[in-house]
Amino acid sequence: MSDVAIQARNVSKSFRIKESGRIVQAVNDVTLDVPGGMISALVGPDGAGKTTLLRMICGLTTPESGTLDVLGIDAASRPQDVQDRTSYMPQRFGLYEDLTVRENMELYADLHCVPAGQREARNAKLLAMMDLDRFTERLAGRLSGGMKQKLGLACTLVRPPAILLLDEPTAGVDPLSRRELWSILKHFEEEERLTVLVSTAYLDEAALCGQVFIMHEGHLIAQGTPDELAALASGRCFDVELPAGTVARTVQAALLDDTATIADAVPAGGLVHCMLRRGVDEGTLQARFGLVAHSVPPTLEDGFMLLLREQQKKAVHSGESAGIPQDGQKGNDTPDTVADGTAGRDAPQDTAGGTGSPAHPASAGTGATPSVQRTPAVRPGTPETGSRIGAAGGGDTGAADDVVIEVRDLVKRFGAFTAVDSTSFCVHRGEIFGLLGPNGAGKTTTFRMLCGLLPATSGLLRVAGRDLRTARAQARANIGYVAQKFSLYGALTVEENLQFFGGIYNLHGRRLRERIATVRRQFDLREETGLPCNAMPGGFRQRLAMATGLLHEPQILFLDEPTSGIDALARRAFWRQITELAAGDTTIIITTHFMEEAEYCDRMVIQDAGKILALGTPGEVRRQAGPDVTSMEEAFIRIVEQHRAAQAGDRS
Amino acid sequence: MKRPVPPACLVRLSALTHKEFRQLWRDSSNILIGIVLPIILILLFGYAISLDVRHAPIAIVMDDDSPLARDVLSGLDGEYLSPRYVASMREAERLLRAREVDGIVRLPADFADQLATGSAQVQLVLYGTDPTSATAIRGYVSSALNLWVLRNSDRGGPSPGVAADTASTGRIEVVDRLWFNAANSSTWYLVPGLVVIIMTLVGAFMTALVMAREWERGTLESLFVTPVRRSEILLSKIIPYFLVGMIGFFMCLLAARFLFQVPLYGSLIVLLLTSMLYLIVSLALGLVLSALTKKQFLASQLALFATFLPAVMISGFLFDLRCVPPLVRYVGQILPATYYMELIKTLFLAGDIWPLILKNNSVLLGYAILFLILAYLGTPKRLFK
Repeated sequence: MSDVAIQARNVSKSFRIKESGRIVQAVNDVTLDVPGGMISALVGPDGAGKTTLLRMICGLTTPESGTLDVLGIDAASRPQDVQDRTSYMPQRFGLYEDLTVRENMELYADLHCVPAGQREARNAKLLAMMDLDRFTERLAGRLSGGMKQKLGLACTLVRPPAILLLDEPTAGVDPLSRRELWSILKHFEEEERLTVLVSTAYLDEAALCGQVFIMHEGHLIAQGTPDELAALASGRCFDVELPAGTVARTVQAALLDDTATIADAVPAGGLVHCMLRRGVDEGTLQARFGLVAHSVPPTLEDGFMLLLREQQKKAVHSGESAGIPQDGQKGNDTPDTVADGTAGRDAPQDTAGGTGSPAHPASAGTGATPSVQRTPAVRPGTPETGSRIGAAGGGDTGAADDVVIEVRDLVKRFGAFTAVDSTSFCVHRGEIFGLLGPNGAGKTTTFRMLCGLLPATSGLLRVAGRDLRTARAQARANIGYVAQKFSLYGALTVEENLQFFGGIYNLHGRRLRERIATVRRQFDLREETGLPCNAMPGGFRQRLAMATGLLHEPQILFLDEPTSGIDALARRAFWRQITELAAGDTTIIITTHFMEEAEYCDRMVIQDAGKILALGTPGEVRRQAGPDVTSMEEAFIRIVEQHRAAQAGDRS
Repeated sequence: MKRPVPPACLVRLSALTHKEFRQLWRDSSNILIGIVLPIILILLFGYAISLDVRHAPIAIVMDDDSPLARDVLSGLDGEYLSPRYVASMREAERLLRAREVDGIVRLPADFADQLATGSAQVQLVLYGTDPTSATAIRGYVSSALNLWVLRNSDRGGPSPGVAADTASTGRIEVVDRLWFNAANSSTWYLVPGLVVIIMTLVGAFMTALVMAREWERGTLESLFVTPVRRSEILLSKIIPYFLVGMIGFFMCLLAARFLFQVPLYGSLIVLLLTSMLYLIVSLALGLVLSALTKKQFLASQLALFATFLPAVMISGFLFDLRCVPPLVRYVGQILPATYYMELIKTLFLAGDIWPLILKNNSVLLGYAILFLILAYLGTPKRLFK
């Protein structure tokens, strides 16, 4: 029923990276049809070519080869005609921060020559929908991250565009704002039959779209409706129950390590969601791990992970590591879905066609090659892990000498503004502790006080047994810190960065060399390319940042949104390393925007407006949100909304 | 009654210009560079910095203590020099080494006798590390001595010539020198030149900065995907800063005329038109720099080193271009600021010299067209990544 709004035929584009002089094929022979009148999603890891494709569509850059037809116009030769009809919201939406909300919208209305008559009604409607009507006179620079994104969206909608292009509009936005943004998009899809192409890192968002395009390293590796793509993993997805006395992440780690039988595993809602390899019998979970599992319908994420793993294996095969420690994977190169996963028009039909059916019996055989069985899967419930988890997972009742971070009545004020309000919690040795909250909740402030970067206004703050008010330097020697924007020196190589950070932590000589060798092994940084680390991909820099933070073997590791902007596979690998570290008694404090990552934590807090709204294990937090809540995301939204509603009630 | 709908391009241009004015007004650093800095520069160059040497301390050694010698030296006492009588040359040398004095004037023991024969010599030793003030002091000393000669010759007596150092005793030269100094010269010279400095600063520096800011913050990326044309974007940057530049121009003009009483011999209209032309050159150059760098930091550094500093150093603002090494002179002659500097000093201090006005304005017009074309070509609605 829908026409084709954007038609790409064999579109390619490459760049030369300045630092390394390497040519990167950003978009490689992409052919796709974006349907009109609905929302389509463009998903894929960082560096997949999503942004470049969007920029080519709106005529900001030209394809090297191939044709790009937007609304019947050739985008390369007549960019202005495309730009007259299109709205585009770049990743960092260019709001004028020194103009007010109203002035920003007026500017865009003028630029699109919206007649004065229509303008007022539409702007008023947009502002009301975005919940920005109370802030029309506020400078855009003073809005929270979520509000800025909403204003950005409003500016693109000052008139109904023929095509709306959004480049990761929800990156770095909290779940509440994310949900609002999507309800607005869905509203315009229904009401105005708006054509939208949106790139996103969130698969739950892509699941809301009519059509999904999956990109990887410049190629289009699959396309289809969310259901079609999810069906790639049908019959292979199970929810595993946790044996008594275990936490989700250890079970997940054990499963994930068994790459011969398990394609993917992730903690979810107090269970572990896992996907078997092709041809692996569903009884394996019971037989091999002694786990109770229930078959569940696959999600879009399952299909996506399957496609990515397959791409990654190809990369490993060709000697290019994509981001996961390679142990135990080299023995298994067989594509997981179908053999032919190449880009282009053919791929999706193939993958969809091969779904679920054992089309390649040979691959089923290799899936369980004996060579991989050497993997000594850490069996959940074995004495050493089980007992440790029992002690650490017990919440605040743990033994007092186990407490490595103690926060009591912590307050931070900036002038009249209270950023953190009488906050108390404890973190125990070897725990993974999550700090969650919407934008502006006080997470970062709390975090900075814990690392001794910011003095507290009042309250007690003990880290590694030292009072941060009196012994900040000693406390810091026990702390590793990985900042949000990894504080690496971009012009230095891997080795130079490691040597520098080792030096500032007083490591030298043989000890430094040993530590560098160890962290290089630990974080898969073995190869020395001699390139400045700016030239390396995001996932690589993330691992390097972790390595620098751990050189001095700190007891406590602080991670500030370490997984923002890295792809799903790299995130799995990242959490696998975190689980490993926690097992080695390193305490980890982490903030994240991905709510499902809270499932890896032993305990967590949800903060809003400086106050703690929830504190406990993921299960306890879900139960606090409501009896029917299964996902962390839902729990988070409910708890924050309940609190805000209660506050609004108090005020009136 | 319905008003006629204005053409779309004007709606867009006015929206962009409006936006630019709002940003300009809200960012206090713009006001600082555009208004406060010119005021500081005017006061600084007008009052604090003077190329004239005043009250320079000199030591005087009088080996001849006759009344005649005292009479000759009395001319040194005045606005420009502060004589300090010392007992011996040794003492004077000590003072010079300690730089308590900038020079030594020594009268030989037989000074009066020499004078009587018609030609007397005076020794002048100067602290030479700062040639500008050394030259100035030499000038003061020789003129003061020559003045004494003149006064004596006017009295009708025999006119003994005093050869102070190597200075000639030419009547006209001496008088000329005194006129020059009496007119508080460097202020007259510097304040009109300040117009050039301020227009360069506001023009190139500020536009380079605000345009690079749009590149850096990614605002251009969203702006590009609208019906906006690049000429509209460029014009919307030129208009507000043109006005800011003209405010700077009028401030300098008023300060020159009424604060420092600099004469304006040329026509005000020509001065105004010439300045507007130069301002456009400067604004367009700023846009070219931002198009080249697309980074605020680089654009501002470049604007500083490629336009502002040369305008100060080698446009003829401080130093006469005829007195600098040929290479520097050639570089100076590439600068648009040099042509404007020459024009503005001529218009203020000499008058309407039409051949110069026509020639320099043609050069400026050429630069304006060149830079505007480069800015247009350098700001395509495209990203390169």
